Amino acid sequence: MGFLDIDNVTKSYGAVEVLHKVDIEVHEGEFLVLVGPSGCGKSTLLNMIAGLEGISSGEIRIKDRVMNGVHPSRRNIAMVFQSYALYPNMTVGQNITFGLEMHGTPKSEREKAMKDVAQLLQIEPLLDRKPGQLSGGQRQRVAMGRALVRNPDVFLFDEPLSNLDAKLRVDMRIEIKKLHQRLGTTIVYVTHDQIEAMTLSTRIAVMFDGYVQQLGTPKEIYDAPANLFVATFMGSPAMNVLPATLVERDGALHALISAADGKERALRIENAPPAYATYKDAKVLLGIRPEAITDPEGADRNARNIQHLTNKVTVIEPAGADTFVTMTLSGKDCIARMRADADVIPGRDFAFAINMDKAVLFDPKTEQRIA
Amino acid sequence: MAVASADTAIRTSRITRAFIYLFLLLFALFYLLPFGIMLVNSLKPLSEITGGNMIALPQDWTIAPWLSAWSTAQIGVEPTGLRPYFINSLVMAVPAVVLSTVVGALNGYVLTKWQFRGSTIIFGLLLFSCFIPFQIVLIPMARILGLLDIAGTTPGLILVHFVYGIGFTTLYFRNYYAAFPTELVRAAQIDGAGFFQIFWRIMLPSSGPIIAVSFIWQFTNIWNDFLFGASFASGGSAPMTVALNNLVNSSTGVREYNVHFAGAIMAAAPTLLVYIVAGRYFVRGLMAGSVKG
Repeated sequence: MGFLDIDNVTKSYGAVEVLHKVDIEVHEGEFLVLVGPSGCGKSTLLNMIAGLEGISSGEIRIKDRVMNGVHPSRRNIAMVFQSYALYPNMTVGQNITFGLEMHGTPKSEREKAMKDVAQLLQIEPLLDRKPGQLSGGQRQRVAMGRALVRNPDVFLFDEPLSNLDAKLRVDMRIEIKKLHQRLGTTIVYVTHDQIEAMTLSTRIAVMFDGYVQQLGTPKEIYDAPANLFVATFMGSPAMNVLPATLVERDGALHALISAADGKERALRIENAPPAYATYKDAKVLLGIRPEAITDPEGADRNARNIQHLTNKVTVIEPAGADTFVTMTLSGKDCIARMRADADVIPGRDFAFAINMDKAVLFDPKTEQRIA
Repeated sequence: MAVASADTAIRTSRITRAFIYLFLLLFALFYLLPFGIMLVNSLKPLSEITGGNMIALPQDWTIAPWLSAWSTAQIGVEPTGLRPYFINSLVMAVPAVVLSTVVGALNGYVLTKWQFRGSTIIFGLLLFSCFIPFQIVLIPMARILGLLDIAGTTPGLILVHFVYGIGFTTLYFRNYYAAFPTELVRAAQIDGAGFFQIFWRIMLPSSGPIIAVSFIWQFTNIWNDFLFGASFASGGSAPMTVALNNLVNSSTGVREYNVHFAGAIMAAAPTLLVYIVAGRYFVRGLMAGSVKG
């Protein structure tokens, strides 16, 4: 039994099912991020937890209390909206205490709760202002204050950072993480930004097309993606997916790919899971993260299986901290993430080092990871 | 070169501006002229008007026609002046305006934030009432007023205008609230506010411009209405417009044009006042409502 149970929940509009049997158990103090492209059903799921949308089948429970049909205000949840949804006609202070007022909390308690929250979020000087007079970051804080003041069981965040500019977004991300570490609250957070998902969460549910594609810790999602969608959605730049053939040579499995010169390259695979054997002499998709392809000096020293490969460089993109190098492998663009000062020249051959410990294989038909 | 061109730019804009203001001034005069003539003639003794000098300023300034129109002129058969009818119109217009605005606001709130199956159809039907000519509803309305036993009374007229206004006020408020962020309503729901609390505490405080639009539109229409007033109110309960007609059309005695002018200005004054006080909200509100439909 989790703290928040999403038990086989579906959502349909008429005959169209938009969420299919979602089953997630959220523990107390957990930071669950629902991530996926727009239209994947993540916001719908959040609204169902909030009680703003009905549940077509299945059950949502908070602290073992069934929430189906319970009014949003009686679920002891709080929500931070994408647009902040601050009441424009009320001051910041009134915004924060409106919920308490509606729940009949006495005025003295409301004042005290407001002061505590204002202090926590450092918005005391703003309490008498109207939302229209605040900057984006300040509105964001007030919206969080309004959620915090109720001391709810579960916090729901609906893309709260997407209206902020890039720098402020990073700052607020850290603030939210600090807040979670300090208060230890249970949070369900919706975003389409996979970096937010990776950095904030204790667990991620990657959603697509109304299905939870994978549920796991950020590390599990990143290192062992369940399928091709998760692999390419999480991570920036995206994971390189190269058509390859699996063969056995000298008693070890090799992935055969073709380089820019049209010639074959064999990448040895060590410690192959047993499932790989069934794909011997068959086509597979080889997934390699950009940071697993480096120059030989920049390769991970703890890696056990570094494969070397010489290939022609097509484009380099210096990005300050890293340099992204594009080459062609198996007819696809393949991006490598190098140290900033790696000596790469476009149009020339370069010796790449591929960390095959981190490589994953996918079935080209089912798009599931082979393991 | 740059200086020279900047100089000409300023000069051209000055000349253009002068033309624009001149033009606007001419139009303003053109529109003010009838009102000016009414005002001037309402302050003359009758002999100066019948003498044939309509445009000239009064030689002998007097407010007697105003006093007469207000309290002693012959309306129909009674020499009561327009005062009781002015009060009738106020008693009719104010509740009808307030009621239709409140119901329109509630309708708009429900039709945008609490949509239900068929809500679009209901809105369409309500819109229909904006396009139905007044004459079509006369007979059914007379029947209903008769059944309710309020035919020929001011409450009857209030009901007629209230019902007839709902279509327009709903249209205004629905379009205004369609642009109002639904997330605010959801936030308030989570905060524990109920249907009317959300309406009262969240929606209405942000509805200033559209309330002004609804008030002006409804007040002007109801105050200026003649057909319903003439059809459903009789004698002592007639509104200002009907009384003004009775004043001007009385066929006995001398035609007191100066009194007629004074009465006409009295009848027009309240709507004029409403426009002057709330006119800028009217424009602003119409724009706000039209952003999203």
